[in-house]
Amino acid sequence: MKPFKYLDGLVCPLDRANVDTDAIIPKQFLKSIKRSGFGPYLFDEWRYADIGEPDMDCSQRPLKKDFVLNQPRYQGAQILLARDNFGCGSSREHAPWAIEDYGFRVVIAPSFADIFFGNCYKNGVLPIVASAAIVDQLFRECAAQKGYRLRVDLETQTVRNPAGEWFRFDITPHRKHCLLNGLDEIGLTLQHADQIKAFEAKHKAAQPWLFA
Amino acid sequence: MAGKTLYDKLWESHVVREESDGTCLLYIDRHLMHEVTSPQAFEGLRLAGRRIWRKESVVANPDHNTPTDHWDDADGGLKDPVSRKQVETLDANIKEFGALVYFPFKHANQGIIHVIGPENGTTLPGMTVVCGDSHTSTHGAFGALAFGVGTSEVEHVLATQTLVGKRSKRMLIRVDGKVSPGVTAKDIALAIIGKIGTAGGTGYAVEFGGSAIRDLSMEGRMTLCNMAIEGGARAGLVAPDEKTFEYLKGRQFAPHGANWDKAVAWWKTLQSDAGAKFDLVVELDAAKIEPQVTWGTSPEQVLPVGGRVPNPAKEKDAQKRAGIERALAYMGLKADTPIQDIRIDKVFIGSCTNSRIEDLRAAAKYMKGRKKAANVKLVLVVPGSGQVKRQAEAEGLDKIFTDAGFEWREPGCSMCLAMNADRLAPGERCASTSNRNFEGRQGAGGRTHLVSPEMAAAAAIAGHFVDIRKK
Repeated sequence: MKPFKYLDGLVCPLDRANVDTDAIIPKQFLKSIKRSGFGPYLFDEWRYADIGEPDMDCSQRPLKKDFVLNQPRYQGAQILLARDNFGCGSSREHAPWAIEDYGFRVVIAPSFADIFFGNCYKNGVLPIVASAAIVDQLFRECAAQKGYRLRVDLETQTVRNPAGEWFRFDITPHRKHCLLNGLDEIGLTLQHADQIKAFEAKHKAAQPWLFA
Repeated sequence: MAGKTLYDKLWESHVVREESDGTCLLYIDRHLMHEVTSPQAFEGLRLAGRRIWRKESVVANPDHNTPTDHWDDADGGLKDPVSRKQVETLDANIKEFGALVYFPFKHANQGIIHVIGPENGTTLPGMTVVCGDSHTSTHGAFGALAFGVGTSEVEHVLATQTLVGKRSKRMLIRVDGKVSPGVTAKDIALAIIGKIGTAGGTGYAVEFGGSAIRDLSMEGRMTLCNMAIEGGARAGLVAPDEKTFEYLKGRQFAPHGANWDKAVAWWKTLQSDAGAKFDLVVELDAAKIEPQVTWGTSPEQVLPVGGRVPNPAKEKDAQKRAGIERALAYMGLKADTPIQDIRIDKVFIGSCTNSRIEDLRAAAKYMKGRKKAANVKLVLVVPGSGQVKRQAEAEGLDKIFTDAGFEWREPGCSMCLAMNADRLAPGERCASTSNRNFEGRQGAGGRTHLVSPEMAAAAAIAGHFVDIRKK
């Protein structure tokens, strides 16, 4: 996993609530057995005028010009600004894979669906929960200023706008540590292998039918 | 001492270690797998040179990509080479790493993973159950702590038999009273989502209680817990009772002999104590729940069958108004249209929500001696597993469906998410017993109305939604 420490990035606003993982990456692209290459299909049905299929050359496809990702001013964006309940629906990790592969490293929203939220951290994507009032302000500022950027600092857990105003976001110490260092969580857990084995033995003695 | 909730009991009985910030390492008893969310996890293990921790915890089978017809063809109907590759990759991974149960494509017992887990007794009360699939919440119907995970967590469980996580908040949804005839577990689930919203359960584990929940069969409880995730809750729970034990007794992987008695004694303790504290309690009156039909592109956009499609002009909140307008445009509906005037093109009866034997019986009850309406182009009936299919055929249900002009298919996820060939064409409108009405879910441009199996069958006959309480 790529570590995440600090990002000064262009912001792309996606102004709708309840964006589900079927919209983030439609099911036909889930047939891949790889982790990479999903970026060109991110938001496929909103982004292209035709119906996408795996292994298409997306550079040749007709675009829906109004969709934010297709607007010239948002090209190269690394921060996605979203609304409530972002990432609801299916548990597909292909959603954060597509978001990361496209180039986003941060998603800011008033709320996220639980499974998507957890999946982001495993893939070097930082999901930031901000109050509805702050998110409203960011949407307004983003609409008003071309080239609107935000500075995200994981060490201090802060987001700063061009005017120098900032807010602080929450993250658990464990997730912060893994993200800052790009750590493999499995490796960390296996340091406790003896404890897992001891638990397992006790669990098996108490409920042997679970191990049938 | 304050009483404990069922969720707390399940959580605490699986904690391997706990950090000072509350982050826990949680032991996982059962790991369900399908072909879509597992290949990258196995690849991760291989690349890191890691082994599987406990292969006997794994129950797997392909279901998302598998075709539901042409099984007798040379290719088994699996015509898409990309889908075939994914199914074959699961075969190869299970062969390499092992499993307790594996039903390859076209095996007599293959089916939707959330149907085959319980029917083989591999889902038991008191377990922790995970799967790279959000509808893992289904297994909470047995009093198991069951939730969906991403592929990185699939890999984590394969390698360590644990997950890293923090305890959720606890919600109790109590539904008391008697439902009207024609009102099912699906209607209760949709009514709950209509009330709390699709993010209402975010951050919570939800326990369903009350007399209307106790009255539900195990199939009904599975339908209800299955939909917990559509209300934002990763896990739904129903405390196990005599119905649960009756359902499990004698199933292949359920405990037998002296272990059975010991297990039942433990399972009986798996309920929230009197005085247990919930962070939120939501109450519904079962008698007031009508048959439900979704009108929009989110499960919370749901109405009683007697209702009318909303009018955005009446919504004051600009965000919500824009959401209603967008949903109406996508669904091709005019504001204020009565739900019962909405005419449909296709019907889908199936999915991990509603493809069990009881669901098929309920749909068949409405069909007997009747035919589908002329405007309904296709009615797909897709049983949840090989076992469900054989049981339905033994009862003659398949004949009732085919006589009505329906198609009786092989088991799988099918048109719930349309990864195989079963899908809607752009603009087609479907009455579906599945769980998600998101844009494009059943096929790009397709329009989905979520309903119960009874309502789906009734709509197939009438060609539009009807109040099934007035027969």
